[in-house]
Amino acid sequence: MKNIKKIISALLLLAILAASCCCLFACDKANDGGDVTTLYVYNWGEYISDGSEDSVDSNEQFEKWYFDTFGERVKVSYSTYSSNEDMYAKLSGGAVSYDIIVPSDYMIERLIKEDKLAPLNYDNIPLAKENLDSEFFGENAKYDYYDEGSVYSVPYFYGMIGIIYNTDMVDEEDIGSWDIMWNEKYKGNILQFNNSRDALGTAQYKLGIDVNTDNEAEWRRALEELKAQKNIVQGYVMDEIFNKMEGGSAAIAAYYAGDFLAMYENNESLDFFYPSEGTNLYVDAMCIPKTSANKTVAERYINFMLSIDEKYGAPAIANAEYTYYASPNAKVVESEEYRDYMNEIKDDAFEKMYDLGHVEATYYENLTPEKLALINELWEELKSDIDVSPTIYIICIVIVGSLVGFVTFFGIRKRKRNNY
Amino acid sequence: MKKGSLFQKMAAAPHIVWMVLFIVAPMLFVLYFAFTEDGHFSLSNISTLSQYGNVFVLSIAFALIATVICLLIGYPLAYFMARSKPKTQKLLMVLIMLPMWCNLLIRTYALMALLDNGGLLNSFLESMGLDKLRIVGSDFGVILGMVYDFLPYMVLPIFTSITKLDKRYIEAAHDLGCNNIQTMTKVVLPLTASGIVSGVTMVFVPSISTFYISQKLGAGKIDLIGDTIERLFQNTSTYNVGAVISLVMMILILISVWIMNKFSDDEGGVII
Amino acid sequence: MMKFLSKFYMFIIFALLYAPIVVLIVFSFNDGGSLSEFTGISLKWYGELFRDEEALTALKNSLILAVCSSVIATGIATFAALGLHHMRNKYVKGAVKSVTNIPMMNPDIVTGVSMMLLFVAVANFIGAKQFFGFGTMLIAHTTFNLPYALLSIMPRFNQLDKSLSEAAQDLGCTPARAFFSVELPEIVPGIVSALMMSFTLSLDDFVISHFVSSPNFQTLPLYVYNQTVHNVKFSMYALCALIVAIILAILLAVNFTGSVNKKKKRNGVA
Repeated sequence: MKNIKKIISALLLLAILAASCCCLFACDKANDGGDVTTLYVYNWGEYISDGSEDSVDSNEQFEKWYFDTFGERVKVSYSTYSSNEDMYAKLSGGAVSYDIIVPSDYMIERLIKEDKLAPLNYDNIPLAKENLDSEFFGENAKYDYYDEGSVYSVPYFYGMIGIIYNTDMVDEEDIGSWDIMWNEKYKGNILQFNNSRDALGTAQYKLGIDVNTDNEAEWRRALEELKAQKNIVQGYVMDEIFNKMEGGSAAIAAYYAGDFLAMYENNESLDFFYPSEGTNLYVDAMCIPKTSANKTVAERYINFMLSIDEKYGAPAIANAEYTYYASPNAKVVESEEYRDYMNEIKDDAFEKMYDLGHVEATYYENLTPEKLALINELWEELKSDIDVSPTIYIICIVIVGSLVGFVTFFGIRKRKRNNY
Repeated sequence: MKKGSLFQKMAAAPHIVWMVLFIVAPMLFVLYFAFTEDGHFSLSNISTLSQYGNVFVLSIAFALIATVICLLIGYPLAYFMARSKPKTQKLLMVLIMLPMWCNLLIRTYALMALLDNGGLLNSFLESMGLDKLRIVGSDFGVILGMVYDFLPYMVLPIFTSITKLDKRYIEAAHDLGCNNIQTMTKVVLPLTASGIVSGVTMVFVPSISTFYISQKLGAGKIDLIGDTIERLFQNTSTYNVGAVISLVMMILILISVWIMNKFSDDEGGVII
Repeated sequence: MMKFLSKFYMFIIFALLYAPIVVLIVFSFNDGGSLSEFTGISLKWYGELFRDEEALTALKNSLILAVCSSVIATGIATFAALGLHHMRNKYVKGAVKSVTNIPMMNPDIVTGVSMMLLFVAVANFIGAKQFFGFGTMLIAHTTFNLPYALLSIMPRFNQLDKSLSEAAQDLGCTPARAFFSVELPEIVPGIVSALMMSFTLSLDDFVISHFVSSPNFQTLPLYVYNQTVHNVKFSMYALCALIVAIILAILLAVNFTGSVNKKKKRNGVA
């Protein structure tokens, strides 16, 4: 008798487990659908032509191209992040793996140093040599400072940080310098970066400090500048900037140049300038993390994104037209159609995006682990630097006071009643 | 009585195993991370707490204010709802439950889009020739978001406890010479104390731990405990400090829930 | 007068409560892509939404996850309720109950963070590359569903007459058979409400999922979150409007059929 019970309970347990396993299996099957390789791509938000509003869907084109060329099915699982630091946090957690990531220069340097990237096999990326500008790729490249010889990375886009402003809300005389972001006149209308490196960078450029300084006191000075700015900024945001600037919710924001054109497309009263004190030049490049399980497919993905093959929607051009960022791809820059497209959005769009010579720009370098920890610390200090306004205190004291009064009143009454 | 059979004894086993693996073990991990640094025992994480003093004060204050506002708005609402005709009551129930079932993200985002400087409200004010209201990015905005998001959580339990209230108590109070206000304070309020307490808990706990509301309506400028935890885990990946803050918040909430439960006991005692 | 005032008060509060949602729904039909200017009615964004593979995948993931986690949670909770019901050791019983309630008491963010720490530790321990995803989400959702499921089933057991099960066993049933043929039918309403409760909770959860998900397995709330931290596509407003509409339909249906049932019952009694 006892044995039967044992068997039954065991069977029940098994049934539950089996049911859950079935569920799991069914779901996995549904996602993968047989012999499909899934390629996990982790990119910045708004950084690829995604098929919305009649644009080319680069990922879908890649899947098609891959099947046509190699006869195997690949499914791109595409997800986005909003800052290098967010991406790094996900990657270093160790529980998620990606096949393609697109960090910025200083983050690539860091990932290389921490041995998190896999060296690329250029046999699978023939277009790198063919299409990329010699300034960005090859022996004489000037802009491969973060990864000499492009061992681990292939440049995707580059650009500079500039200040976007709303001409309806900002006086023409105030523009030109970083000071505009500290201008009391625009209190509540200024948006600051919501990531440590870029935000501290704006303060450093304003103060004329080297953005890669080794001096802790200088970093602290930048922090003090940000703290002083805190009560005049509306908020710290990343890609929310698009909706805020387009909708006229803010007047001034420092952001990446290419994104300005995307906003301008929806709101023509916006304008843009590179601050005179100098600004940041960044290169975002495609890399493959060491943990990638499909390195070859990932390399082919990189190769595809450099292609201007019309049959598959010319992804390099489509992406450049979607993001408006400056492309390191010589074939894209040479394309008449692309130039026309850019200048149709705004007269001087092309010139401004590729204006490398005339703007004083420096790039972020990777910092020592101590300095990275310091930046994190400073960022926390800025974020937790909150003034609790007296009104809040007064309201709370009133609430707590009346609660205490209430409790003692009823407590006394109860005791009295108990005495009767 | 029969001795419990093996089947009956074993029935809870999967649950207990699951509990140990996925409730107890994670909590132990929080403890472990809170008191270690690079795998060694350390109290240095605790010392970083002082930096977040104002964040804690602000979060508690906001949650407290939002809860009180919810109570002040919600109690009359629940009372009037309970007083309306059964048919209307049903419709009102649906109306109050719809926002509850609707995802919080959607409601918060909708509120932000409406109140933003360039949003519909401000365009309307501007066209009327009035000044713009700066709600997004201000303390008021965050509190408003909390009240807006969590009001239904306050109304529903109070509404339930009022409908359960025996009408004869109120009649009896009137018969014994109580006026409306006395009936309210001496009969209705104490008898619905349990509803109030669960409403207060259901508003206070999510308010104090939110990060989406402060992210959207505070525009990333007003940092509450939730934002801090979220950032420490998802942006700077300093798990240790994050674990300490989570731990402190957990303790804070346990204490406040305990206090609130005390309240409901006391009130019950007053009337009986 | 009092009546009018109370009606007016209710109207104002409900109007304020619904204003943002109504605005969102109205602007989901907006032809232009703006939230402050209405330029014309069109269904453009709805079309865009149904072409958006990411949103559709998120919807599918959400449903799969909600079904799996609610079934597992209810299954475990049903047997747990049986076990607890027959458990005589008060201390063990109390301990189990209070530990189960931890995810209900704790703020979501703490539950999420604690599970994330566990999963990260396990992933690093076994050296798994891709650990976060459906599995971790399923575990997390089941865990926070458990207390609610148990809470809906436990009272049903307490209402049961213990002697029924004993009588069945005296008549030769095994305890298991007694459970399935005597006790189970009695607690079916509890199981159904547990299923529904867990299903909705799982569909709705954002905070816990935020910490234990990988970007490769996105649920609907995570999709909405991702939209709102980037440049919001206007098809998201269409999505939100649809969600509100569906929930409204369900609520009305449940309430309507509920009243029909009650009427039937009342008629039956009369």
